[in-house]
Amino acid sequence: MTTQMSSVNMTAPTAIPPAATSMSQKVDQIDPVKMATVMRRQRWQDFFFHKLTFTFAALVLVVLVGIIVSLFLRAIPAMKEFGLPFIWTIEWDPVNDKFGGTIAIVGTLVTSVIALLIAFPVSFGIALFLTEICPNWLKRPLGTAIELLAGVPSIIYGMWGLFVFAPLFSQYVQPALAATLGKLPVIGALFTGPKIGMGILAAGVILAIMIIPFIASVMRDVFEVVPPVLKESAYGLGCTKWEVVRKIVLPYTKIGVVGGVMLGLGRALGETMAITFVIGNSHHLSWSLFAAGNSIASTLANEFAEAESPLHTSSLFLLGLILFVITFVVLSAAKLMLLGLARKEGAK
Amino acid sequence: MQNSTMQSASNPVYRKRLLMHKIGITLSSIAMALGVFFLMWILLTLLMKGSSAVNLAMFTESTPAPGSDGGGLMNAIFGSFAMVGIATLISTPIGILAGIYLAEYGDKSWFGGVTRFVTDIMLSAPSIVVGLFVYAIYVANVKHFSGWAGSIAISLIAIPVVVRTTDNMLGLVPASLREAAFALGAPRWKVALMIRLRAVKAGVVTGILLAVARISGETAPLLFTALNNQFFSSNMNQPMANLPVVIYQFAMSPYDNWRELAWGGALLITFSVLGLNILSRTLFNQKTQH
Repeated sequence: MTTQMSSVNMTAPTAIPPAATSMSQKVDQIDPVKMATVMRRQRWQDFFFHKLTFTFAALVLVVLVGIIVSLFLRAIPAMKEFGLPFIWTIEWDPVNDKFGGTIAIVGTLVTSVIALLIAFPVSFGIALFLTEICPNWLKRPLGTAIELLAGVPSIIYGMWGLFVFAPLFSQYVQPALAATLGKLPVIGALFTGPKIGMGILAAGVILAIMIIPFIASVMRDVFEVVPPVLKESAYGLGCTKWEVVRKIVLPYTKIGVVGGVMLGLGRALGETMAITFVIGNSHHLSWSLFAAGNSIASTLANEFAEAESPLHTSSLFLLGLILFVITFVVLSAAKLMLLGLARKEGAK
Repeated sequence: MQNSTMQSASNPVYRKRLLMHKIGITLSSIAMALGVFFLMWILLTLLMKGSSAVNLAMFTESTPAPGSDGGGLMNAIFGSFAMVGIATLISTPIGILAGIYLAEYGDKSWFGGVTRFVTDIMLSAPSIVVGLFVYAIYVANVKHFSGWAGSIAISLIAIPVVVRTTDNMLGLVPASLREAAFALGAPRWKVALMIRLRAVKAGVVTGILLAVARISGETAPLLFTALNNQFFSSNMNQPMANLPVVIYQFAMSPYDNWRELAWGGALLITFSVLGLNILSRTLFNQKTQH
């Protein structure tokens, strides 16, 4: 009885709007007991709705934890066998069941760094063009073109890279690089070796093309948060467009730009199909960037379905775990930086 | 006035600044041209190499055996449709409900913040690792590759896309609209589903289309889940042919007709994915303009 009373009391203020007299007459006719049951039912529905949506949101977290735990469990045999030296062991020998991850890890990092070195200036140029230089009527089509570049499936980049890009690369770019940079004293060693087109450098270039749209669109978004008043003041003082970008836009969006670059790095590290096509898939370590190599993702793509021994499979899981941890750290850093910029903007 | 321009043209500091400006603008324009150039180059390559393989046989015949002539991609196209369709059916309700949670209840709790953060990371997480995960929890336990495993793997990739767009879109709904509904005594679930979600229907559909576009081209997670099947199969419990993996295998093969089919498939998949992208964008722009 008391519970019913309390719920009736709670409905009272919402149920009777004092201003509308015709309404209040209607409300008076509603049976308060019936009203209370409706309220109670709705409260149950809300409770259920909250828990239901919560469950699905929690699913995202469960998947993340599931990925880490399942990869870890499957990688345990390899961790027991090889221990920490797995990371700096070069040998990868499925025949004798000896596995070390150096070549794949180094290949992943080197290709991603090459990709960043190329993609950063280009993406910066594209973002600058789209925000500051481009006439308004061109903004939409050009922006869409860049987004479509991001939409092309990675396997297409791989095929194009292998059959179209690599032959041209070996014919024109590699000889040119060998003749110029290859002659330099220390870094020259990076640009020697067989000019076959495929290899670490080609993979890095293809990766660069793939991550340019991601970095460019983040940069464009952060450039757009610069308050117009800052830019206009600089123009008012007689700055050129370039000076406004260098001295106003870039310093203001520094964290966001770095965040965008890290996001691109995260994408590059985990990219699989494009690299598998062009990296050459060889377990050899070489100073030359022209040489064929391997990345974690391409090793997984090539060997996982055919791995015979349990230790081989387990080592591949360990590589997958390493890849996931690296990308997780890089992407988290990127996200935190972008959040930092958003907070700075919100504080204004 | 004229005097001052002449002065600025002869002033070495001004000249240097103007030169820097011109170099910067030129380089930036070149970067933009480079981006468009690569897109055009890839699309033209696909058109040139792939259009000869696009014919009726591609849609009516299954993938050819090694060394035999002719053949098409019918089984692969069907498999891709089946897996992407099922993955969409799985990921749409999960993604939308999770997105509603984040928008409705996620702002104040640490749980909401963490889930948003993790969703953003899963958006860019390596897709091959998702394949490994599904292999570890599903394929290794049932001991065979299957279409179901492939569908699960790509739905895990689609879910974050749907969650993120739903959450973002719901955030655009004006608070006054929700408050009006609350003031009429509507319960929270009704406000969330019938007021807030309905107001951004077009945006949510955009998110789903983008997710479909994203997973249609995914290859890596299917390599060790759905694997491939040379024959037509509509049994989701068996290895299933699908376009990306067939393209991968055929492109790497020594047979000319396989490679040609690979280019045809590549053409088909790229233009469908890009078409979906453009469709979702125009749909969204139309709905949000007024």
